[in-house]
Amino acid sequence: MECKIKVSNLYKIFGPTPEKVFALLEQGLSKNDIFAQTKHTIGVEDANFEVKTGQIFVIMGLSGSGKSTLLRCINRLIEPSRGTILIDGEDIVSMSEADLREIRRKKIGMVFQNFALFPHRTVIGNVEYGLEIRGTPPPERRKRALKALELVGLERWADSYPSNLSGGMQQRVGLARALAIDPDILLMDEAFSALDPLIRKEMQDELLNLQNKMHKTIVFITHDLDEALKIGDKIAIMRDGKIVQIGTPEEILTNPANSYVAEFVQDVDRSKVLTAGSIMKKPEALITPKDGPHVALRKMEEMGLSSVFVVGPDRRLQGLVTVDDVVNNLHKDLSDLIRTNVPRAYIDTPVKDLFQVASETKIPIAVVDRDGTLLGIVARVSILAAMAGGK
Amino acid sequence: MSYRLPLGSAFEWVFNWLDDNADWIFEAIKVFIKSSISTLEDGLLLFPAPIMIVILVLIAWKLANRRIAAFALVSFMLILSMGLWEETMMTFALILIATLISLIIGIPLGIWSARSERMEAFLRPILDFMQTMPAFVYLIPAVMFFGMGRVSGIVATVIFAMPPAIRLTSLGIRQVPAEVVEAARAFGSTPNQILFKIQLPMALPTIMAGVNQCIMLSLSMVVIASMIGSGGLGGEVLRGITQFKIGLGFESGLAVVLLAIFLDRVTQYLGASKKLRNNGGV
Repeated sequence: MECKIKVSNLYKIFGPTPEKVFALLEQGLSKNDIFAQTKHTIGVEDANFEVKTGQIFVIMGLSGSGKSTLLRCINRLIEPSRGTILIDGEDIVSMSEADLREIRRKKIGMVFQNFALFPHRTVIGNVEYGLEIRGTPPPERRKRALKALELVGLERWADSYPSNLSGGMQQRVGLARALAIDPDILLMDEAFSALDPLIRKEMQDELLNLQNKMHKTIVFITHDLDEALKIGDKIAIMRDGKIVQIGTPEEILTNPANSYVAEFVQDVDRSKVLTAGSIMKKPEALITPKDGPHVALRKMEEMGLSSVFVVGPDRRLQGLVTVDDVVNNLHKDLSDLIRTNVPRAYIDTPVKDLFQVASETKIPIAVVDRDGTLLGIVARVSILAAMAGGK
Repeated sequence: MSYRLPLGSAFEWVFNWLDDNADWIFEAIKVFIKSSISTLEDGLLLFPAPIMIVILVLIAWKLANRRIAAFALVSFMLILSMGLWEETMMTFALILIATLISLIIGIPLGIWSARSERMEAFLRPILDFMQTMPAFVYLIPAVMFFGMGRVSGIVATVIFAMPPAIRLTSLGIRQVPAEVVEAARAFGSTPNQILFKIQLPMALPTIMAGVNQCIMLSLSMVVIASMIGSGGLGGEVLRGITQFKIGLGFESGLAVVLLAIFLDRVTQYLGASKKLRNNGGV
């Protein structure tokens, strides 16, 4: 995957003379001290991140953490004070107004927290707006706007006014308005935060669905950690204008960078986020069908196990033998003793789907890839440990 | 002994200077206003009164509703029967021209002051001054520059009636939610596109309220302006006062009121946005 957006050393300082503040920042003064001395507020401090093409990058933080400011720097709705923002290798920060407008018109769609629809325009008039201002002829822009409305399931409402629509529907219009220009990048500023929980969940699923078809590069702002973990491929956590950690949802959960993040993630429903892959272990012992029963028995004795997985060439999982079967049939061929109906999971199976399996069997769950290659095992104790938040 | 600031005489000096040195400007304005008002008056009096009444009633019906059309029919018939038709049309022409000039100057100034804090700060005291200065005072310089007659009347009316057009245009644009403007920017709108596609359409109801105010103030100024010979209904009212003709004064006063209600209702409906009408509102 190539890099779509690259933000380096980005600062936003609010106030008349930001230059003065840089010196103070270099001296290591805190945000509060700087405000007390200069009345300048630091919106974003030294942000660095990359967003790959087709990725959903979530910027997550509480209110006042600077996440919305950071998002608005990407399309320069807020002028950054220092730093570079490359979109497809072009620096947004140093670009002329006219070039910037072109980028906004063609590459970036934006969705807002309170929808920010144009109340004097019909639904389709809203969706057409981006095409209208870049001079697309009316028949074509109507066609494209209708297509965008179809994507969000609102084509029947094309000629209504936004005020006649519910909140969820209004935000669909907002999404359609952003999609109509067929942008590479979607900037979503707390897009679902104003919706009630059920509608929010529906919109999240719909966004993920759409993303499966469209493969846009999405930068998504939220203050809701569950939302971040659900839709984010990568998550950046912000606090006081600084990015404190960037990682996949699992990395954030399993390896919080500091106590702030740790505290943040402690109440999360881990079973939805953690996958079999993240809690599996390397099997301590493996045998092949060529090994005889005696070898199998010795390995189990050595490791103190009551069963052991059997793999063929290329580590393809064949099944499992138990110590009881082996002891009672020491003269038989090992391949006759293999139990093939072992519980299996894939590397991306959420832990919540393992509960049922684990409750029905005493043996570990085998984690395999699509070809049946054994990648690791999940012992029942690992599932419990993961849920408890330990490692 | 007391010292008196010579404000009044300074003002006089400035005006005398302008009168001596910028006469050609005033002459040009005078010619322009005079010809446009004559044309409009001729136009309004082109058709016989009954046909004109039908046209005005249809306009009321089209822009507002049946009730207001009925009101217009009754009022204009009444005016006709009082023998004040010609004066009413003269006043109507006066108001239309004064309002038009007020809007042509006022709306751009309103847009400017909505976009610039400096302009807003600069205009505010001037507008306060224009609105609170007793209306009679405008008559003096108007007469000095433009002589007695309708042109002076219109100039005085414009000064008096323009402030609400400026203020409400500015207010309407400033009231457009910042996030909506931000959304328009995010999609790559130029400042002009934001103005014409977002801000002005959304400010339209407020701007139309300003237009409505502008018309109403023009109408109230028309009677005062009759003192410098602007004629029309105001002239009749003045005649009623000076010659102690109570009946004439009442009748022409009533005609002013009826014209005012007609213009007010019709322009109010002009201000109600399309959206409200589509929703079955208003």
